[in-house]
Amino acid sequence: MCQVGENYGEPATEESQPAPRPGLDKTPVLDCKEGLPVVVIRAGDAFCSRDCFKAFYTHKFRAMLGKNRLIFPGEKVLLAWSGGPSSSSMVWQVLEGLSQDSAKRLRFVPGVIFVDEGAACGQSPEDRAKTLAEVKLILQTVGFPWYLVALEEVFGLPPAVLRCSAQEPAGTAGAYKAAVDSFLQQQHTPGTEGAEDSPSLAQQQGQLCQPPPQGPMGLQSPTGPPAAAQTEALSRLFHSVKTLTAKEELLQTLRTHLILHVARAHGYSKVMTGESCTRLAIKLMTNLALGRGAFLAWDTGFSDERHGDVVVVRPMRDHTLKEVAFYNHLFAVPSVFTPAIDTKAPEKASIHRLMEAFLLRLQTQFPSTVSTVYRTSEKLAKAPRDSHDTAHSEPRCLLCLCTLDVDGADSATAFGAQTSSHLSQMQPHTALAEAGMHPVPCCPPEVGSAQGCCRGPCERGDPRVCVLEWLCYGCRVNMKDLPSLDSLPPYILAEAQLRRQRAWVLQEVQEYLIADSDGEAETA
Amino acid sequence: MPAPPCTSCHAARAALRRPRSGQALCGACFCAAFEAEVLHTVLAGRLLPPNAVVAVGASGGKDSTVLAHVLRELSPRLGISLHLVAVDEGIGGYRDAALAAVKRQAARWELPLTIVAYADLFGGWTMDAVARSTAGSGRSRSCCTFCGVLRRRALEEGARRVGATHIVTGHNADDMAETVLMNFLRGDAGRLARGGGLGSPGEGGALPRCRPLQFASQKEVVLYAHFRRLDYFSEECVYAPEAFRGHARDLLKRLEAARPSAVLDLVHSAERLALVPAARPPRPGSCSRCGALASRDLCQACALLDGLNRGRPRLAIGKGRRGLGEEGPQGAPGDRAQPPASETIPAF
Repeated sequence: MCQVGENYGEPATEESQPAPRPGLDKTPVLDCKEGLPVVVIRAGDAFCSRDCFKAFYTHKFRAMLGKNRLIFPGEKVLLAWSGGPSSSSMVWQVLEGLSQDSAKRLRFVPGVIFVDEGAACGQSPEDRAKTLAEVKLILQTVGFPWYLVALEEVFGLPPAVLRCSAQEPAGTAGAYKAAVDSFLQQQHTPGTEGAEDSPSLAQQQGQLCQPPPQGPMGLQSPTGPPAAAQTEALSRLFHSVKTLTAKEELLQTLRTHLILHVARAHGYSKVMTGESCTRLAIKLMTNLALGRGAFLAWDTGFSDERHGDVVVVRPMRDHTLKEVAFYNHLFAVPSVFTPAIDTKAPEKASIHRLMEAFLLRLQTQFPSTVSTVYRTSEKLAKAPRDSHDTAHSEPRCLLCLCTLDVDGADSATAFGAQTSSHLSQMQPHTALAEAGMHPVPCCPPEVGSAQGCCRGPCERGDPRVCVLEWLCYGCRVNMKDLPSLDSLPPYILAEAQLRRQRAWVLQEVQEYLIADSDGEAETA
Repeated sequence: MPAPPCTSCHAARAALRRPRSGQALCGACFCAAFEAEVLHTVLAGRLLPPNAVVAVGASGGKDSTVLAHVLRELSPRLGISLHLVAVDEGIGGYRDAALAAVKRQAARWELPLTIVAYADLFGGWTMDAVARSTAGSGRSRSCCTFCGVLRRRALEEGARRVGATHIVTGHNADDMAETVLMNFLRGDAGRLARGGGLGSPGEGGALPRCRPLQFASQKEVVLYAHFRRLDYFSEECVYAPEAFRGHARDLLKRLEAARPSAVLDLVHSAERLALVPAARPPRPGSCSRCGALASRDLCQACALLDGLNRGRPRLAIGKGRRGLGEEGPQGAPGDRAQPPASETIPAF
């Protein structure tokens, strides 16, 4: 880091408002080389006019999508909009991308989802109503089909949310090309309905703007406020969490499940989230400290395929928060301020806040801190270090839906986190003996890892242990801050119950199964 | 208010709460649990086979003192023999006092002790001389970078002299957590790829190294030392405040305050990190000068010494840009400045 500091002769030039400052005249202007700089994003990168900056900003967004070739033409994409600057900017980018001339037009079909988290953040009903009114106003201006969902609706989710659907084969470059070609052909043929021209978009929007019909998935009508009982249950759940760190993680988990459910229910195969480069760097370091090292690539990469059928995409990951703020300011992108769960919390209150403050502070001393961390995140691989290649058969975490990273056998911290408390609860002599005799005290070797771990405690019938057994390391640590798991939404408990039963059945019939591979055993 | 009873033996009064779990234990139960955990780490990781001759890197500080003590307790069970190896970096006013502590420990525990000095190994360079040499160049003197690399070499050399088959160091969980934080902040994918395993199995002729205390947090190490009434040296090195590690250490302390398990969580993360194959460092070769493990043609220790001997100490560290341009005529072609070789963790 010291070298990084040295490479910059002087601290980064301050960002400027449209009125140029004396020091700025000397900075060369990028791209067009003429005119006075208007915006300085980094030391040395000045933009002379709003248009230059806009071109730069838009190009970044489109390049991110174009480079990764993940979003097929005509595909339905759900934009996760929180009301904050980054996701607002993302919605605006999509809106502009769709209205551009045909050659450069974005070709996917967007919808917007807004999750109302007021109950978790302790907002009063009046404030929530006010926020929702603002949100609706903006959504109507945008004109995409939209879904307003209250976080309370997690209490109506089906357990199936937590199951990964069969993984679709990842689109290869060839598949993408073919899809684009067929899309273009369709578009050029007169009379077909394939192309979403403005009138048809408007028409579609007319239909879809209606609240999604109340289906078997138990979603409430989003126009009405959620039931008071659910609001109370939700705030009780969040009040019972002992630390802000765990609260933030829980909120994130529930929100993801809800968005995932809405996306599935309405046939969206991609979800776009608006995390900026700065946000992702903070998230990376935070998740590292939360013990989620195995999943960093999923949590912060461009695309997140852990759910199988719905892929989460992060197209804003090249934009720094500063760029976003300037863009929103210069082009009057509307956003809604909603107090988050950590608003006004002191810096020491949670790992998230600490990490954010630390990185931003370091960033002022060493201006490339965020980009360094962010670039490191691109070098992370999604496969676990000793990949078992049987992704579908491995148990997934009940909350974050990642492959479990606590398989016991050779992992030393699996010991560090769990068995250590187990060892120290024993009598000293037996502890020493136990440590010596069973290097792996958790699972009997002949049983598959998760099932093996699950058997003992579950037979004792402790529901808490049963849920914990199906969590990854990081989620287990979080759930330690939740004194009673009973207040979790029912779909989580139901799924845990189901898995436990399945594991039990599997054990019952174990000796009759011809164990060829793990996958076969799982389906049996 | 009387202390609660120990939750393990239920006989004695509890004397502490474990930082990790909040469990109330008496001193004896805590020490037994601590030892059991180290034993488990060694056995589960198959770190030290029976009949191993183990060189304990002893600095006189709390970590190595606790490590030596625990391994001495466990040595009959593990069937290993111990040998203390201390390194004299030549830091006036700091190392002498620490070495005195090591000598007292060796005498009390009746363990053989060997001291190797930088001055003997590296052609007269002591850390004080290095610090003087680097003082004029740039903002930071990078003492810890030199010291870390050279100490690793010195420890290896000392271990060979006593005929050891394994080296153990006292790195605790906090050290590992700091290292992974630091590597992310610096974008050091090479070191991240090497990962948070329990040590290196000893490739390329180097002795196998391991860190049996890797899952013990610093607080527990201090508690163990306290309850076993261990005598150790607890001053910070005079050059340490200049190190970048300070940022990571500071952050870690805050994280631990917000969530006591944060240190272990970071160690778990480090262990589970997966990097794309391109980010993994190439297979190390051997140094063309001393034959030690090296990822370039000179190992980092030789490269640093080379820079020092030529009066351009910063050549081999950092991006080396300042020195590179001017350095051409005087250096032999093979001795060009090395980018930071991803070889060691630069502080103990």
